[in-house]
Amino acid sequence: MLAYIVRRFFLAILTTVAISVLSFIVIHLAPGDYVTAYIAQASASGSIVSAAEAQALRIQYGLDQPMHIQYIRWISLIMQGNFGMAMEWGRPVMEVIGDRLTLTVVVSVAAIIFTWAMALPIGIYSAVRQYSIGDYIFTFIGFFGLAVPGFMLALVVMYLGFVYFNTSIGGLFSAQYAEAPWGLDKFWDLMAHLPIPAVVLGLSGTAQMIRIMRANLLDELRKPYVVTARAKGMSERRAILKYPVRVALNPFASTIGYLFPYVVSGSIIVSLVLSLPTVGPLLLKALIAQDMFLAGTIILMLGVMTVIGTFISDLVLMWIDPRIRVGGQ
Amino acid sequence: MADFIAPGQGAIPGESGTMVEERISVATQWQLMWWRFRKHHLAMIGTIFILLFYAIVVMADFLAYSDPSASEAQRGLLSPQPIHWLDNGSFSPYVNAMVGKRDPVTFKRVYAPDADKKIPISFFAQGFSYKFLGLFPSNIHLIGVGATDAKTEDTLFIIGTDVQGRDLWSRLMYATQTSLVIGLVSVALSLFLGVLLGGLSGYYGGIWDTIIQRVIEILRSIPTIPLWMGLAAALPNDWDITAVYFSITVIISLIGWTELARVVRGRFLSLREEDFVMAAELSGCGKFRIIFRHMVPSFMSHIIAATTLALPAMILSETSLSFLGLGLRPPAVSWGVLLQQAQNVQALAISPWLLLPVLPVVVSILAFNFMGDGLRDAADPYGV
Repeated sequence: MLAYIVRRFFLAILTTVAISVLSFIVIHLAPGDYVTAYIAQASASGSIVSAAEAQALRIQYGLDQPMHIQYIRWISLIMQGNFGMAMEWGRPVMEVIGDRLTLTVVVSVAAIIFTWAMALPIGIYSAVRQYSIGDYIFTFIGFFGLAVPGFMLALVVMYLGFVYFNTSIGGLFSAQYAEAPWGLDKFWDLMAHLPIPAVVLGLSGTAQMIRIMRANLLDELRKPYVVTARAKGMSERRAILKYPVRVALNPFASTIGYLFPYVVSGSIIVSLVLSLPTVGPLLLKALIAQDMFLAGTIILMLGVMTVIGTFISDLVLMWIDPRIRVGGQ
Repeated sequence: MADFIAPGQGAIPGESGTMVEERISVATQWQLMWWRFRKHHLAMIGTIFILLFYAIVVMADFLAYSDPSASEAQRGLLSPQPIHWLDNGSFSPYVNAMVGKRDPVTFKRVYAPDADKKIPISFFAQGFSYKFLGLFPSNIHLIGVGATDAKTEDTLFIIGTDVQGRDLWSRLMYATQTSLVIGLVSVALSLFLGVLLGGLSGYYGGIWDTIIQRVIEILRSIPTIPLWMGLAAALPNDWDITAVYFSITVIISLIGWTELARVVRGRFLSLREEDFVMAAELSGCGKFRIIFRHMVPSFMSHIIAATTLALPAMILSETSLSFLGLGLRPPAVSWGVLLQQAQNVQALAISPWLLLPVLPVVVSILAFNFMGDGLRDAADPYGV
């Protein structure tokens, strides 16, 4: 059990390092560097940066050093909590990001909770009542959810909301709470706005989960021990929920780790369409403006967030599946 | 044995049991697979749709009837002109002309169909010139409105126009071409990477396996879209369309190969222990020959199924990136580029036909999923 946790932990660290390297590459792929962008910004506002000054800036930021040194400098600055300046905004990166990162987590977790809350009972129902009308309807919805990507669903939902209710469905807060400090009222406002993004984001994952749950449970239900349980006169509910569902949950739980990065990924585009105040729209703006410190930081943060999420889900999996807990594998 | 006979009985009803059995025992693996695949109705329907889609890919120039980039500010956001197939009971398709008027209040130009003015549609009409398959110059299109020097009012926009007054139908045809070809090329690249790395991992095992498996695990735990966005945004603005096409394809396939590699590795692991591989080894076959002559043919069908199931993700990646404005850029046309215009809710409420490109995306993804499902079921005809 300990070996499993240690293995997972090292993998998480390795992934974090890989993500930081990738984010760094993204920062440096764009033509030019921070100083060229700074010069361009300065000359746009009328002031002139001399060649000597530019050189001094390059040395100050370490841009004259080879790549791997630059990477180490960048990482060690981040370790100290210094993420650099968001050029477009002229403010520190962390200040610009603010609680957008938290809101990204909130929206993603809400989507995952929706996915589980829907997929579990529907999956069980579809397996137990295989080929019933309900099963067909859910199968259809499942395939449909799989085929419609989140952002298209968001577009359609926005359109329908605008045409039939004449309101904009987007956003996470009502206008009066958008800039307000956190409080109970603002929290309830957030909760009231959460269902639509959660459903839009969670639908395709839900579709997948229903399919997995149904297939797993069908395999289990055909096994002799279920017949034995019934023959012994165990109630139908108990004969299904007590053992087959528990076994069917195992492979289901192992996909949790892949669900989280998937949902976070999807939230970027969906946020854009539904204008949610998450990091998604900010990242797009930063990328288009080539504000690479901001973009790199956001990519790094999202990556680290998913690594933590995946690690937690690994622990959950271990808690559910005794074979991992006992076998140590 | 009963399951074994089942596909044959579906194929030739009314024949006696022994004949069926004989037919099955001499059938090749691919024949057995086809019999089983044919029984999966949804997969068959999906396949038909996919064939239709790729027919559009080949004949996009022919099916479009106006230049996809010919814009006219005068005709922005024109509503669709539905085709009337019958004229007074006889078959002669026409559309109603759109007449522009100034709105007396807003001074905007408003277009409305004029029921009295009919524009006849001719088949195999002459239009803008193109090269069929890039080789044969032609100017024949499936439909058109009479001569090319038609008067300005004689317009044909069967599903309306976009903001810049470009014909949505023609653009949709070209978008289908781009999006599906990019999907296909990306999947081919991923397949190459997947077979190579998955094969290495599965056949040699050991340190190779460990490294490649860790890389796959790491890639799968990274949120892909932000990373794609970063890579795509780094493409210089002044690159020409072909270079952007190619880079986007590479970016998409760089992350898409992991699933295919996993499938290939699993197959290699299970086949490595088989007797026929051992026999080949003992008779002195080289590694290359064992892999490509003995092992690959026996899991070819699984690879095809996995590839079909991977295609929708590739198509969606391109669509999402272009939708964000980071993938293909105008003048290139793809489904994502078309959907960009649907981002504005106000514009959508006035001209809902801008949302139409959602339809081919959803239909093609469903079709690929169904077909892949059927292929996966049929991939192992000797199993249950």
